[in-house]
Amino acid sequence: MFQWTQKWVFALLSCLGMQNALAESTVNMPYGVTRMSHDIYNLHMITFYICCGIGVVVFSVLFYSIYKYRRSRGAKAANFHEHPGVEIIWTLIPFLILVGLAIPATIVLKDIHNTNESDLIIKITGYQWKWKYEYLDQGISFFSNLATPQIQIDDPQKTKNEWFLLEVDNPMVIPVHKKVKILLTSNDVIHDWWLPAFGVKQDAIPGYINENWIQVDTPGIYRGQCGELCGAYHGFMPIVVQVVPEEEFEQWVAAHMLNKTAVSNGRKAT
Amino acid sequence: MNLTDDMATAHDHADHGPAKGLKRWLFTTNHKDIGTLYLLLSLTMFFVAGIMALVVRIELFEPGKVWVTPEFFNQMTTLHGLIMVFGVIMPAMAGFANWMIPMMVGAPDMALPRLNNWSFWLLPFAFLLLSLPLLRELVGMASHLIGLNLFAGAGAAPDYGWTFYAPLSTTYGPDSTDYMIFAIHMMGISSILAAINIVVTIFNMRAPGMTWMRLPMFVWGWLVTAFLLLAVMPVLAGCVTMMLMDRHFHTAFFEAAGGGDPILFQHIFWFFGHPEVYILILPGFGIISEVVQTFSRKRLFGYSFMVAATITIAFLGYIVWMHHMFTTGAPYAAQLFFMYATMLIAVPTGVKVFNWVTTIFKGELTFETPMLFALGFLVMFTIGGFSGVMLAIAPADYQYRGSYFVVAHFHYVLVSGSLFAIFAGVYFWLPKWTGHMYNETLGKWHFWLSAISMNLTFFPMHFVGLAGMPRRIPDYALQFTNFNQIATVGAVIFGLSQLLFLAIVIRSCQKHKAGVNEHLPDNVWDGGRSLEWTRLPTPVPYHTFETVPEIGPNDTH
Ligand SMILES: [Cu+2]
Ligand SMILES: [Cu+2]
Repeated sequence: MFQWTQKWVFALLSCLGMQNALAESTVNMPYGVTRMSHDIYNLHMITFYICCGIGVVVFSVLFYSIYKYRRSRGAKAANFHEHPGVEIIWTLIPFLILVGLAIPATIVLKDIHNTNESDLIIKITGYQWKWKYEYLDQGISFFSNLATPQIQIDDPQKTKNEWFLLEVDNPMVIPVHKKVKILLTSNDVIHDWWLPAFGVKQDAIPGYINENWIQVDTPGIYRGQCGELCGAYHGFMPIVVQVVPEEEFEQWVAAHMLNKTAVSNGRKAT
Repeated sequence: MNLTDDMATAHDHADHGPAKGLKRWLFTTNHKDIGTLYLLLSLTMFFVAGIMALVVRIELFEPGKVWVTPEFFNQMTTLHGLIMVFGVIMPAMAGFANWMIPMMVGAPDMALPRLNNWSFWLLPFAFLLLSLPLLRELVGMASHLIGLNLFAGAGAAPDYGWTFYAPLSTTYGPDSTDYMIFAIHMMGISSILAAINIVVTIFNMRAPGMTWMRLPMFVWGWLVTAFLLLAVMPVLAGCVTMMLMDRHFHTAFFEAAGGGDPILFQHIFWFFGHPEVYILILPGFGIISEVVQTFSRKRLFGYSFMVAATITIAFLGYIVWMHHMFTTGAPYAAQLFFMYATMLIAVPTGVKVFNWVTTIFKGELTFETPMLFALGFLVMFTIGGFSGVMLAIAPADYQYRGSYFVVAHFHYVLVSGSLFAIFAGVYFWLPKWTGHMYNETLGKWHFWLSAISMNLTFFPMHFVGLAGMPRRIPDYALQFTNFNQIATVGAVIFGLSQLLFLAIVIRSCQKHKAGVNEHLPDNVWDGGRSLEWTRLPTPVPYHTFETVPEIGPNDTH
């Protein structure tokens, strides 16, 4: 009980900014490690700044009016109530801003659809509640399951792994700098393969094969989650992608070729 | 002159006022009684769905299972969404429509009073049907505690989110889905009947001289909303009927294995679903227009542009549904069309915000509770509008969609949008309805607590969403903990603050029932321009405008 109260007090304090507990939390979209994620991040920030600019103008007028024109300060209501000129101005200006935003958005969107000339094709199938990765040309196929121990999920008091709910037994492995085309489908309900650091989110829909692509320039381990409600354990089917140098990728492929029972032999995620 | 006439008629009617007891409410055809019923239903469901939200928030207080299973968590999010949309916001707006539209257009009642009774009384049963599987489950759990096993083996309540995407809700749905399907049919019929009634009333019952361009904005907002309802509720009905066929009659509309198409479901659902968001907000826009001009003691700025903007928003609202489906594999051309159309909606919405701000500019402002809620609406709805523009940008939507960013966005437009508009409306008209002035201090407390806790709850959701937290998950990675705790604290404060609102409303109703007469002026806020303020006494009698009023150029919006 005491512990419970303590947590609430902590949460209250952190709202008031009295705690430095927020240091580890991020407040923005990740810049990511692909051209796509950078483009999306920039679009996101441009839109955000434009909204801030408009917000400053609108809220300044609003708060100035709230301050200035109060009856308690002896304000008397003015009589004006229409002016087609200003209406046209504040229709046109936002319209032009939006046109300005639509142009880069159109270009980036085209890039998302450009799945041509890929070096590697991976078919990703959503299952309730795990992912299956198939390297079509290499003949490699394996499932990727949540690796967090159940006890950490069931018991809030248990110390959690660093990557609680974001860890899997067999990660998807791709080579760095290569254009990887991903094909998405589902075995049951709709899932959604979302990896924020790549700027990739694509639905896995039964009966459909959707496409997207990834090209990562920095080796590392990247994590994401299912992005579409797919039943009770929707929160428990993470996505982990390991981006490795090309030679390492070749070795990984060779190892899998040797042993087709890839599921048990798969590389363990950290 | 008209005023005294009406007081006289009210007096004549004292002997055949409302019937007594339960019969009054069951058989009433009086628009004010039916309005009250809608509002009471909405208030009740507000607390029911609010408790569900708190279950969700408390489960999300920290990583790991706090107290409910993932299965139950999904039922809570689903029913919270369905009930808040169909059981709280829509009935509240219908309550205002019933109360105010006849008085605002100078009519004695709605055009189709018996239909009106029927369209209300469908609703409680619809929500009973929708909640039955959950009640069954809760009774089962309780009986288990005392050693009985009632309803053992009965399935879960609806658990696939308020959007009930196929095939999760069809092939994989629990048995209770059929309850939901028929509940939605009943709500749909109720909404369609109410919409017909509103359209007919506004077209045919306007007093002489009440021309289109003299209609109060609230009436305009509802007229446009009624047309939206008429167009899209049948589509939703079709959607759930196809689900029913898939589930029980071996069709495969949405089942890929049978040659069906899960994406078809989303097209149909969002063809309803996007106009639905305007159904939830346009009457609120109307309320805000009334409140803002009243407390600025100034005519609404740019009335004709406000009308045009409302109609434009509704029209564009029909052709943007695929912005909910940018990541479903939609072709480039379709994405472009829907992205442009969606961005375009920002223009008329912006016009509305600019006109409200200009109405306030050089006004003579006072800050009673209705105005506070209206100003809160202006600021926070605009923030929700900004995140809406961000979501419209299709490539960026790849990152936002399905994340907590979306949850933050639609709670800014629905809680500090629609719900704040409803609060503003209740405080605005409650004195007129009851003849009793609510406690202003408590009202202000209600506003400030709600506004602050609402931001505490929903603002951090932008952050976790952008950082990668998916929506509708019962448990989350460690990096999201802090903001989720803040959100939970905010939600608890928000929930408790609503008890103030309940107390304020109950107090007003009690005083009204006890017949306390505070002799409030007819124009309670000295700035009201529509007929209920200028032509009717406070409190408004049970029957109004039995003699037809003449509307002149001075009775403008
Ligand atoms: Cu999922
Ligand atoms: Cu929409």
